Amino acid sequence: MNIVVAVKQIPDLQQIRIRDRRPVLDYVPCVLGDIDKSALEAAVELKESVQGRVIVVSAGNGEIEDTVKEALAAGGDEAVLVEDDTLADADSSVVAKVLAAAIRKIDDVGVILFGEGSADNYSGRVVSAVAADLGYPQVGYAKQIEVDGPLARVTRSLEDSDEIIEVPLPAVISVVSEIKEPRIPSVTSILKARKKPKAIYRLDDLGIEIPSGKNITTISNLAPVSERKGIVVKSVDELVKILKSERRLER
Amino acid sequence: MMGNILVYSDNNNYACELLSAAHNIAPDLGLSVKALSINNDDQAERLVLRCIEAYRIKDEAIQIADTAAVASAISQAVKQIDAPVILLSSNRRGKELAGRLAYIIDGGCLTDVGGLRINEGKLCCQRNALGGATVATQVIESESKVIAIIPKVYDMMAEGGKGTITDIAVEAEPSGITVVEVMPKVKDSVDIEAAEVLVVVGQGLESQDDLPMVENMAKTLKGEIACTKPVATDKRWLSEERIIGLSGKKCNPDLAILLGISGQVQFTVGIRDAKTIISVNTDENANIMTMSDYRMVADIKDVVPELVQKLG
Ligand SMILES: Cc1cc2nc3c(=O)[nH]c(=O)nc-3n(C[C@H](O)[C@H](O)[C@H](O)COP(=O)(O)OP(=O)(O)OC[C@H]3O[C@@H](n4cnc5c(N)ncnc54)[C@H](O)[C@@H]3O)c2cc1C
Ligand SMILES: Nc1ncnc2c1ncn2[C@@H]1O[C@H](COP(=O)(O)O)[C@@H](O)[C@H]1O
Repeated sequence: MNIVVAVKQIPDLQQIRIRDRRPVLDYVPCVLGDIDKSALEAAVELKESVQGRVIVVSAGNGEIEDTVKEALAAGGDEAVLVEDDTLADADSSVVAKVLAAAIRKIDDVGVILFGEGSADNYSGRVVSAVAADLGYPQVGYAKQIEVDGPLARVTRSLEDSDEIIEVPLPAVISVVSEIKEPRIPSVTSILKARKKPKAIYRLDDLGIEIPSGKNITTISNLAPVSERKGIVVKSVDELVKILKSERRLER
Repeated sequence: MMGNILVYSDNNNYACELLSAAHNIAPDLGLSVKALSINNDDQAERLVLRCIEAYRIKDEAIQIADTAAVASAISQAVKQIDAPVILLSSNRRGKELAGRLAYIIDGGCLTDVGGLRINEGKLCCQRNALGGATVATQVIESESKVIAIIPKVYDMMAEGGKGTITDIAVEAEPSGITVVEVMPKVKDSVDIEAAEVLVVVGQGLESQDDLPMVENMAKTLKGEIACTKPVATDKRWLSEERIIGLSGKKCNPDLAILLGISGQVQFTVGIRDAKTIISVNTDENANIMTMSDYRMVADIKDVVPELVQKLG
């Protein structure tokens, strides 16, 4: 039984500059989402118990081939990619359709892992839409997963409780970052990653219909205005004065 | 009036908040407000006390933990009730439900929405984008809209009047999951969103043994202690209720003192509305320094004890 992990390529958020309140994305390198890396690590651990392969799935522009190498270096056995320039900022509903179609091309899928939210969009919409498209049960926010024959036992972390759920496979499971600390790939595994198999599809290869218009339109996307004093504090005495002048101590 | 806004949450308080959100936009959209409860009589009673036409589904075959089954049930209710707009809560269950429901009813969907406005007749949703670096205003173009709203953004609708409850039947479509065990989380009753002073610790705090000194400092300043996500979820030194940021809480205290925090966007989105920000970090180039009113390049192990002593 194989394990699929959906990983998203995102711009390195720490490197986005704001100019006139607008994000500047030129020359910002692409990276994999952090929670997706935790999902991958969880997949690699599960692999032992299912005796299958870890297959990394991603949809994005031409750069994903490069970005996904990191996932192959970090324990993915092969990659299934869908490349199209329009996919970099497509609606979640389109991305989900594309991912579901790509997953259908993979044999013997047991567990399909996602991050609970992508590092940039953080909506979780893709997870549920893929599960619905495939018609599989889903369990979100997993912090522990064990596969036991035809089912997975998942501990999901909700706000007020942890729930242990048994779900028949195949199933879609999203994970929280604390499920596993992602590894930092070694140089040899990075070199080996180049030789791992990659299946690359174009949108046309998938035989799905992509709606022409946008389902979601963005009217504006601005950084909030923030003005800070930027004063350097040299000693604790100065800090005490500041705290006093901020009148924290008279209360 | 034509059509309805249908409100649903698994959480009773959030359902009452969604009623406020729905009433805010309903007149402009020419829609009425209706609410749905699933296997939750307490909730149905509370909805009715708010003069709402509530619908109730009672069916043991639909488990609340079974997102696929709940989504299917709501999709059938939406057909019976004629609701082009569905408001859900953006807690974990609600977020998961939103995407699945939207898929079934072929609607557009936004989650983690922090505000709704009507602009030129269009329903505009505000949400964080790029990990919180920006705030986007977005419109769902499709006829059916599923919107999940961040808890506590709206106040709960006040009680008043007497509504009605109508039972409706749907075909249960369980997905085959079994709930083996539910373990309530130990609740930390802290409300960091209400605190006027927050002392926030990050991974720059080297050991859990250093926590008491920070707690001491928070006490001296009559504030609460809060933290970045890894301090709670990876190290488990503080409860998840104290996390500030994109997946934690958004706070706007008068004063925030940030200790050993690098300042990645997913954190700063939760604290950038603080009136005054003071940061202490060993790295003068840490991102957090650029968004602070007062910045001090120092080791928190030196600063905190000295500060507590001098304030003492
Ligand atoms: C989808 C998503 C959602 C997320 N949501 C959140 C969220 O809600 N909240 C959140 O916080 N994070 C969130 N994160 C994680 C976030 O990206 C960062 O990883 C996290 O905020 C970093 O925490 P930190 O600043 O404590 O740790 P680090 O980044 O490790 O920073 C530690 C800092 O401490 C300084 N330091 C070290 N030693 C000392 C010392 N002795 N004295 C003083 N300074 C010292 C270092 O210079 C460094 O700047 C999210 C991530 C993703 C992908
Ligand atoms: N373009 C993509 N390619 C592969 N996986 C994706 C893509 N977009 C989202 N995902 C997966 O879906 C999860 C949730 O993303 P989102 O719905 O954007 O919050 C991510 O953590 C990924 O696992």
